[in-house]
Amino acid sequence: MKNYRYVARSKAIAARALGDETMVMSATNSTLFTLDEVASVIWAAADGVTPLDEIVANKICARYDIAQEAALKDAEALVENLAQHGIMLISDQPLALSGASRKETR
Amino acid sequence: MSSVTAAVQSSCVVVEIGGLPIRLRCDSPTFVRQIEERYAGYLSSSDDARFDFEIELAPPGAKSRDEDVRVTWESGLWVMQRGDFRAEWDPSTARGRIRQTINPYSLDCVLRIVHTLLLAREGGFLLHASSAIRNGRAFLFSGVSGAGKTTMARLAPPDAALLTDEISYVTRREDRYVAVGTPFHGELSRSGENMRAPVEVLYLLAKGPKNKIEPIEAADAVRGLLGNVLFFARDPEFVKFVFDTAFDFVSRVPVRRLTFVPDTSVWELIG
Repeated sequence: MKNYRYVARSKAIAARALGDETMVMSATNSTLFTLDEVASVIWAAADGVTPLDEIVANKICARYDIAQEAALKDAEALVENLAQHGIMLISDQPLALSGASRKETR
Repeated sequence: MSSVTAAVQSSCVVVEIGGLPIRLRCDSPTFVRQIEERYAGYLSSSDDARFDFEIELAPPGAKSRDEDVRVTWESGLWVMQRGDFRAEWDPSTARGRIRQTINPYSLDCVLRIVHTLLLAREGGFLLHASSAIRNGRAFLFSGVSGAGKTTMARLAPPDAALLTDEISYVTRREDRYVAVGTPFHGELSRSGENMRAPVEVLYLLAKGPKNKIEPIEAADAVRGLLGNVLFFARDPEFVKFVFDTAFDFVSRVPVRRLTFVPDTSVWELIG
Protein backbone atom coordinates (compact mmCIF):
# COMPACT_ATOMS: atom_id res chain seq x y z
CA MET A 1 0.00 0.00 0.00
CA LYS A 2 1.49 3.31 -1.07
CA ASN A 3 1.72 6.12 1.44
CA TYR A 4 0.03 8.56 -0.92
CA ARG A 5 -3.26 8.71 -2.81
CA TYR A 6 -3.30 12.19 -4.26
CA VAL A 7 -1.25 13.68 -7.07
CA ALA A 8 -0.97 17.24 -8.36
CA ARG A 9 1.01 19.02 -11.02
CA SER A 10 3.66 21.31 -9.59
CA LYS A 11 3.30 24.97 -10.46
CA ALA A 12 7.04 25.27 -10.92
CA ILE A 13 6.72 23.94 -14.45
CA ALA A 14 5.77 25.01 -17.93
CA ALA A 15 3.64 22.50 -19.86
CA ARG A 16 1.90 22.19 -23.18
CA ALA A 17 0.01 19.43 -24.96
CA LEU A 18 1.20 18.74 -28.48
CA GLY A 19 -0.85 16.09 -30.24
CA ASP A 20 -1.13 13.13 -27.89
CA GLU A 21 2.00 14.11 -26.02
CA THR A 22 2.59 16.62 -23.27
CA MET A 23 5.85 18.47 -22.95
CA VAL A 24 6.77 19.56 -19.46
CA MET A 25 9.73 21.70 -18.54
CA SER A 26 10.93 22.01 -14.98
CA ALA A 27 11.07 25.67 -14.13
CA THR A 28 13.76 25.10 -11.56
CA ASN A 29 16.34 23.37 -13.73
CA SER A 30 14.91 23.62 -17.29
CA THR A 31 14.89 19.84 -17.76
CA LEU A 32 12.42 18.86 -20.48
CA PHE A 33 10.11 15.85 -20.12
CA THR A 34 7.90 14.35 -22.79
CA LEU A 35 4.84 12.45 -21.57
CA ASP A 36 3.26 9.89 -23.86
CA GLU A 37 -0.47 9.59 -24.43
CA VAL A 38 -1.33 7.61 -21.28
CA ALA A 39 1.00 9.62 -19.08
CA SER A 40 -0.56 12.77 -20.50
CA VAL A 41 -4.00 11.59 -19.37
CA ILE A 42 -2.73 11.11 -15.83
CA TRP A 43 -0.93 14.44 -15.93
CA ALA A 44 -4.06 16.28 -17.05
CA ALA A 45 -6.17 14.58 -14.36
CA ALA A 46 -3.70 15.19 -11.52
CA ASP A 47 -5.76 17.89 -9.84
CA GLY A 48 -4.70 17.16 -6.27
CA VAL A 49 -8.15 16.08 -5.13
CA THR A 50 -8.91 13.03 -7.27
CA PRO A 51 -7.22 9.92 -5.85
CA LEU A 52 -4.77 8.25 -8.21
CA ASP A 53 -6.67 4.97 -8.17
CA GLU A 54 -9.81 6.82 -9.31
CA ILE A 55 -7.89 8.52 -12.10
CA VAL A 56 -6.59 5.15 -13.24
CA ALA A 57 -10.03 3.52 -13.07
CA ASN A 58 -11.95 6.33 -14.76
CA LYS A 59 -9.44 7.78 -17.19
CA ILE A 60 -7.16 4.87 -18.05
CA CYS A 61 -8.96 1.55 -17.60
CA ALA A 62 -12.18 2.97 -19.01
CA ARG A 63 -10.38 4.11 -22.14
CA TYR A 64 -7.59 1.58 -22.67
CA ASP A 65 -7.60 -2.20 -22.54
CA ILE A 66 -5.62 -2.68 -19.36
CA ALA A 67 -6.35 -4.23 -15.96
CA GLN A 68 -6.72 -1.88 -12.99
CA GLU A 69 -3.94 -3.49 -10.97
CA ALA A 70 -1.36 -3.30 -13.75
CA ALA A 71 -2.42 0.20 -14.74
CA LEU A 72 -2.20 1.44 -11.16
CA LYS A 73 1.27 -0.01 -10.78
CA ASP A 74 2.42 1.78 -13.93
CA ALA A 75 0.76 5.01 -12.83
CA GLU A 76 2.47 4.87 -9.46
CA ALA A 77 5.83 4.37 -11.10
CA LEU A 78 5.15 7.35 -13.34
CA VAL A 79 4.05 9.78 -10.64
CA GLU A 80 6.88 8.76 -8.32
CA ASN A 81 9.37 9.38 -11.10
CA LEU A 82 7.87 12.78 -11.87
CA ALA A 83 7.79 13.60 -8.15
CA GLN A 84 11.49 12.79 -7.87
CA HIS A 85 12.10 15.39 -10.57
CA GLY A 86 9.98 17.93 -8.73
CA ILE A 87 7.32 18.37 -11.36
CA MET A 88 4.56 16.44 -9.58
CA LEU A 89 3.45 16.46 -5.97
CA ILE A 90 2.24 13.35 -4.14
CA SER A 91 0.49 13.23 -0.77
CA ASP A 92 -1.72 11.15 1.47
CA GLN A 93 -3.97 14.22 1.80
CA PRO A 94 -5.78 16.18 -0.92
CA LEU A 95 -3.55 18.85 -2.40
CA ALA A 96 -4.35 22.29 -3.60
CA LEU A 97 -2.39 22.86 -6.80
CA SER A 98 0.61 24.47 -5.24
CA GLY A 99 4.07 25.72 -5.83
CA ALA A 100 6.19 28.75 -5.34
CA SER A 101 4.64 31.97 -6.44
CA ARG A 102 6.45 35.26 -6.47
CA LYS A 103 5.30 38.80 -6.35
CA GLU A 104 8.41 40.72 -7.20
CA THR A 105 8.21 43.02 -10.13
CA ARG A 106 11.05 42.88 -12.64
CA MET B 1 47.99 76.89 -0.10
CA SER B 2 46.70 75.48 -3.33
CA SER B 3 45.43 71.97 -3.47
CA VAL B 4 45.51 69.61 -6.35
CA THR B 5 42.71 67.14 -6.72
CA ALA B 6 43.26 64.13 -8.90
CA ALA B 7 40.05 62.56 -10.11
CA VAL B 8 39.97 59.22 -11.77
CA GLN B 9 38.00 59.61 -14.95
CA SER B 10 35.76 56.73 -15.82
CA SER B 11 35.85 55.84 -19.50
CA CYS B 12 32.80 54.41 -21.16
CA VAL B 13 31.76 52.64 -24.30
CA VAL B 14 28.32 51.69 -25.59
CA VAL B 15 27.90 48.19 -27.03
CA GLU B 16 24.71 47.72 -29.03
CA ILE B 17 23.63 44.18 -29.86
CA GLY B 18 20.14 43.42 -31.14
CA GLY B 19 19.19 47.08 -30.89
CA LEU B 20 19.86 47.17 -27.12
CA PRO B 21 22.57 49.72 -26.29
CA ILE B 22 24.44 48.91 -23.07
CA ARG B 23 26.86 51.47 -21.64
CA LEU B 24 29.95 50.00 -20.00
CA ARG B 25 32.02 52.19 -17.68
CA CYS B 26 35.45 51.31 -16.44
CA ASP B 27 38.33 53.21 -14.82
CA SER B 28 40.86 51.35 -16.95
CA PRO B 29 41.43 52.91 -20.39
CA THR B 30 43.32 49.75 -21.30
CA PHE B 31 40.28 47.57 -20.71
CA VAL B 32 37.97 50.03 -22.46
CA ARG B 33 40.23 49.76 -25.50
CA GLN B 34 40.01 45.97 -25.28
CA ILE B 35 36.23 46.24 -25.20
CA GLU B 36 36.26 48.50 -28.23
CA GLU B 37 38.41 46.01 -30.13
CA ARG B 38 36.34 43.01 -29.02
CA TYR B 39 33.02 44.61 -30.01
CA ALA B 40 34.13 46.44 -33.13
CA GLY B 41 31.13 46.71 -35.43
CA TYR B 42 28.77 46.73 -32.44
CA LEU B 43 29.79 50.04 -30.85
CA SER B 44 27.29 52.83 -30.67
CA SER B 45 27.90 56.54 -30.48
CA SER B 46 24.48 56.99 -28.92
CA ASP B 47 24.26 58.65 -25.51
CA ASP B 48 20.92 56.99 -24.95
CA ALA B 49 22.03 53.63 -23.62
CA ARG B 50 19.13 51.66 -22.15
CA PHE B 51 21.35 49.95 -19.61
CA ASP B 52 24.44 50.93 -17.64
CA PHE B 53 27.09 48.68 -16.17
CA GLU B 54 30.01 49.79 -14.01
CA ILE B 55 32.98 47.46 -14.40
CA GLU B 56 35.41 47.03 -11.53
CA LEU B 57 38.55 45.14 -12.39
CA ALA B 58 39.73 42.52 -9.95
CA PRO B 59 43.38 41.46 -9.74
CA PRO B 60 44.26 38.38 -11.72
CA GLY B 61 44.02 35.25 -9.66
CA ALA B 62 43.44 31.57 -9.87
CA LYS B 63 39.75 31.99 -10.65
CA SER B 64 38.59 29.76 -13.44
CA ARG B 65 36.32 30.31 -16.43
CA ASP B 66 35.58 26.59 -16.36
CA GLU B 67 33.11 26.84 -13.50
CA ASP B 68 29.41 26.72 -14.26
CA VAL B 69 27.62 30.02 -14.55
CA ARG B 70 25.09 30.69 -11.80
CA VAL B 71 22.29 33.16 -12.39
CA THR B 72 19.86 33.85 -9.56
CA TRP B 73 17.19 36.38 -8.70
CA GLU B 74 17.92 37.81 -5.26
CA SER B 75 16.05 40.67 -3.59
CA GLY B 76 15.26 42.49 -6.80
CA LEU B 77 18.62 41.87 -8.46
CA TRP B 78 19.84 39.42 -11.04
CA VAL B 79 23.10 37.99 -9.70
CA MET B 80 25.45 36.37 -12.22
CA GLN B 81 28.53 34.51 -11.09
CA ARG B 82 31.34 32.41 -12.43
CA GLY B 83 34.87 31.92 -11.21
CA ASP B 84 36.14 34.90 -13.18
CA PHE B 85 33.29 37.37 -12.54
CA ARG B 86 30.43 38.43 -10.35
CA ALA B 87 27.78 40.77 -11.70
CA GLU B 88 24.61 42.29 -10.32
CA TRP B 89 21.91 43.92 -12.37
CA ASP B 90 18.85 45.79 -11.19
CA PRO B 91 16.21 45.72 -13.95
CA SER B 92 14.16 48.41 -12.20
CA THR B 93 16.96 50.98 -12.53
CA ALA B 94 18.59 49.43 -15.62
CA ARG B 95 21.93 49.62 -13.81
CA GLY B 96 24.42 46.99 -12.84
CA ARG B 97 27.94 46.30 -11.62
CA ILE B 98 30.48 43.78 -12.85
CA ARG B 99 33.56 42.74 -10.93
CA GLN B 100 35.87 40.76 -13.17
CA THR B 101 39.43 40.18 -14.18
CA ILE B 102 40.80 42.12 -17.16
CA ASN B 103 39.46 39.74 -19.75
CA PRO B 104 36.90 40.60 -22.43
CA TYR B 105 35.57 37.03 -22.44
CA SER B 106 34.27 37.45 -18.89
CA LEU B 107 32.34 40.49 -20.09
CA ASP B 108 31.19 38.47 -23.10
CA CYS B 109 29.54 35.96 -20.78
CA VAL B 110 27.82 38.69 -18.74
CA LEU B 111 26.45 40.29 -21.91
CA ARG B 112 25.13 36.95 -23.15
CA ILE B 113 23.31 36.44 -19.86
CA VAL B 114 21.88 39.95 -19.82
CA HIS B 115 20.62 39.55 -23.37
CA THR B 116 18.98 36.18 -22.61
CA LEU B 117 17.15 37.77 -19.69
CA LEU B 118 16.05 40.78 -21.73
CA LEU B 119 15.06 38.73 -24.76
CA ALA B 120 13.00 36.24 -22.75
CA ARG B 121 10.49 38.91 -21.74
CA GLU B 122 10.21 40.11 -25.32
CA GLY B 123 9.69 36.70 -26.90
CA GLY B 124 13.24 36.16 -28.12
CA PHE B 125 16.17 33.95 -27.24
CA LEU B 126 19.81 33.14 -27.84
CA LEU B 127 20.35 29.83 -29.59
CA HIS B 128 23.35 27.56 -30.06
CA ALA B 129 23.30 28.03 -33.82
CA SER B 130 25.21 29.62 -36.63
CA SER B 131 23.17 31.90 -38.85
CA ALA B 132 23.44 33.75 -42.10
CA ILE B 133 21.40 36.01 -44.34
CA ARG B 134 20.94 35.07 -47.95
CA ASN B 135 18.60 36.82 -50.40
CA GLY B 136 17.20 38.92 -47.56
CA ARG B 137 16.23 35.94 -45.41
CA ALA B 138 17.93 34.49 -42.37
CA PHE B 139 18.75 30.81 -41.94
CA LEU B 140 19.64 29.23 -38.60
CA PHE B 141 21.77 26.09 -38.25
CA SER B 142 21.44 24.65 -34.77
CA GLY B 143 22.99 21.75 -32.95
CA VAL B 144 25.13 20.66 -30.08
CA SER B 145 28.89 21.03 -30.11
CA GLY B 146 30.30 19.12 -33.09
CA ALA B 147 27.02 19.12 -35.04
CA GLY B 148 28.43 21.44 -37.70
CA LYS B 149 27.51 25.01 -36.77
CA THR B 150 30.94 26.44 -37.48
CA THR B 151 31.32 24.14 -40.51
CA MET B 152 28.17 25.58 -42.07
CA ALA B 153 29.51 29.08 -41.40
CA ARG B 154 32.87 28.26 -42.98
CA LEU B 155 31.18 26.79 -46.07
CA ALA B 156 28.89 29.80 -46.60
CA PRO B 157 29.11 31.26 -50.11
CA PRO B 158 30.25 34.86 -50.68
CA ASP B 159 26.69 36.13 -51.12
CA ALA B 160 25.73 34.99 -47.62
CA ALA B 161 26.20 37.45 -44.75
CA LEU B 162 27.33 35.55 -41.67
CA LEU B 163 25.54 36.62 -38.47
CA THR B 164 27.43 34.28 -36.14
CA ASP B 165 29.08 30.87 -36.16
CA GLU B 166 28.05 30.04 -32.58
CA ILE B 167 25.31 31.99 -30.81
CA SER B 168 22.33 33.20 -32.83
CA TYR B 169 20.27 36.11 -31.60
CA VAL B 170 16.55 35.78 -32.31
CA THR B 171 14.09 38.56 -31.56
CA ARG B 172 10.35 38.84 -31.98
CA ARG B 173 9.09 41.67 -34.17
CA GLU B 174 5.27 41.69 -34.24
CA ASP B 175 4.34 38.35 -35.80
CA ARG B 176 7.80 37.51 -37.13
CA TYR B 177 11.05 36.25 -35.76
CA VAL B 178 14.16 38.12 -36.81
CA ALA B 179 17.77 36.95 -36.62
CA VAL B 180 20.33 39.58 -35.69
CA GLY B 181 24.10 39.57 -36.06
CA THR B 182 26.18 39.20 -32.91
CA PRO B 183 29.80 39.54 -31.86
CA PHE B 184 29.43 36.21 -30.03
CA HIS B 185 31.61 33.82 -31.98
CA GLY B 186 32.94 30.31 -31.73
CA GLU B 187 35.84 28.60 -33.47
CA LEU B 188 35.65 31.02 -36.39
CA SER B 189 36.94 33.74 -34.05
CA ARG B 190 35.30 36.62 -35.82
CA SER B 191 32.19 38.64 -35.12
CA GLY B 192 29.14 38.32 -37.30
CA GLU B 193 27.84 41.03 -39.59
CA ASN B 194 25.75 43.60 -37.73
CA MET B 195 22.66 42.94 -39.83
CA ARG B 196 19.18 41.50 -39.38
CA ALA B 197 16.57 39.63 -41.43
CA PRO B 198 13.40 37.60 -40.88
CA VAL B 199 14.05 33.97 -40.02
CA GLU B 200 13.12 31.77 -42.97
CA VAL B 201 14.00 28.32 -41.61
CA LEU B 202 15.60 26.75 -38.55
CA TYR B 203 17.69 23.75 -39.51
CA LEU B 204 18.62 21.13 -36.92
CA LEU B 205 22.00 19.85 -38.05
CA ALA B 206 23.20 16.31 -38.56
CA LYS B 207 26.19 15.07 -40.55
CA GLY B 208 25.60 12.28 -43.05
CA PRO B 209 26.64 10.71 -46.36
CA LYS B 210 24.56 13.05 -48.53
CA ASN B 211 22.81 16.38 -48.33
CA LYS B 212 19.11 16.28 -47.56
CA ILE B 213 16.43 18.34 -45.89
CA GLU B 214 13.62 16.55 -44.07
CA PRO B 215 10.51 17.77 -42.29
CA ILE B 216 10.20 16.92 -38.62
CA GLU B 217 7.27 16.60 -36.23
CA ALA B 218 6.33 19.65 -34.19
CA ALA B 219 7.23 17.91 -30.93
CA ASP B 220 10.69 17.07 -32.28
CA ALA B 221 11.07 20.65 -33.46
CA VAL B 222 10.24 21.99 -29.99
CA ARG B 223 12.61 19.48 -28.38
CA GLY B 224 15.36 20.37 -30.82
CA LEU B 225 14.86 24.08 -30.27
CA LEU B 226 14.64 23.95 -26.48
CA GLY B 227 17.64 21.65 -26.36
CA ASN B 228 19.76 24.38 -27.93
CA VAL B 229 18.37 27.54 -26.34
CA LEU B 230 20.75 29.18 -23.87
CA PHE B 231 19.33 28.76 -20.37
CA PHE B 232 21.40 30.60 -17.82
CA ALA B 233 18.73 31.47 -15.28
CA ARG B 234 17.21 28.65 -13.27
CA ASP B 235 14.20 30.81 -12.67
CA PRO B 236 10.55 29.74 -13.05
CA GLU B 237 9.35 32.92 -14.73
CA PHE B 238 12.25 32.97 -17.17
CA VAL B 239 11.82 29.29 -18.04
CA LYS B 240 8.12 29.77 -18.74
CA PHE B 241 8.81 32.70 -21.05
CA VAL B 242 11.32 30.70 -23.08
CA PHE B 243 9.14 27.58 -23.12
CA ASP B 244 6.16 29.51 -24.49
CA THR B 245 8.37 31.27 -27.03
CA ALA B 246 9.67 27.93 -28.32
CA PHE B 247 6.14 26.73 -29.08
CA ASP B 248 5.25 30.02 -30.72
CA PHE B 249 8.44 29.98 -32.82
CA VAL B 250 7.73 26.45 -34.06
CA SER B 251 4.19 27.46 -35.01
CA ARG B 252 5.51 30.31 -37.17
CA VAL B 253 8.88 29.22 -38.52
CA PRO B 254 9.55 25.99 -40.44
CA VAL B 255 11.96 23.68 -38.60
CA ARG B 256 13.75 21.06 -40.71
CA ARG B 257 16.42 18.41 -40.25
CA LEU B 258 19.45 19.24 -42.40
CA THR B 259 21.77 16.30 -42.95
CA PHE B 260 24.86 17.39 -44.79
CA VAL B 261 28.20 16.45 -46.20
CA PRO B 262 30.75 19.00 -45.05
CA ASP B 263 31.44 20.66 -48.38
CA THR B 264 30.07 23.71 -50.14
CA SER B 265 27.40 21.72 -52.00
CA VAL B 266 25.13 21.89 -48.95
CA TRP B 267 24.58 25.58 -49.58
CA GLU B 268 22.92 24.73 -52.90
CA LEU B 269 19.95 23.69 -50.76
CA ILE B 270 19.90 26.89 -48.73
CA GLY B 271 18.26 30.13 -49.78
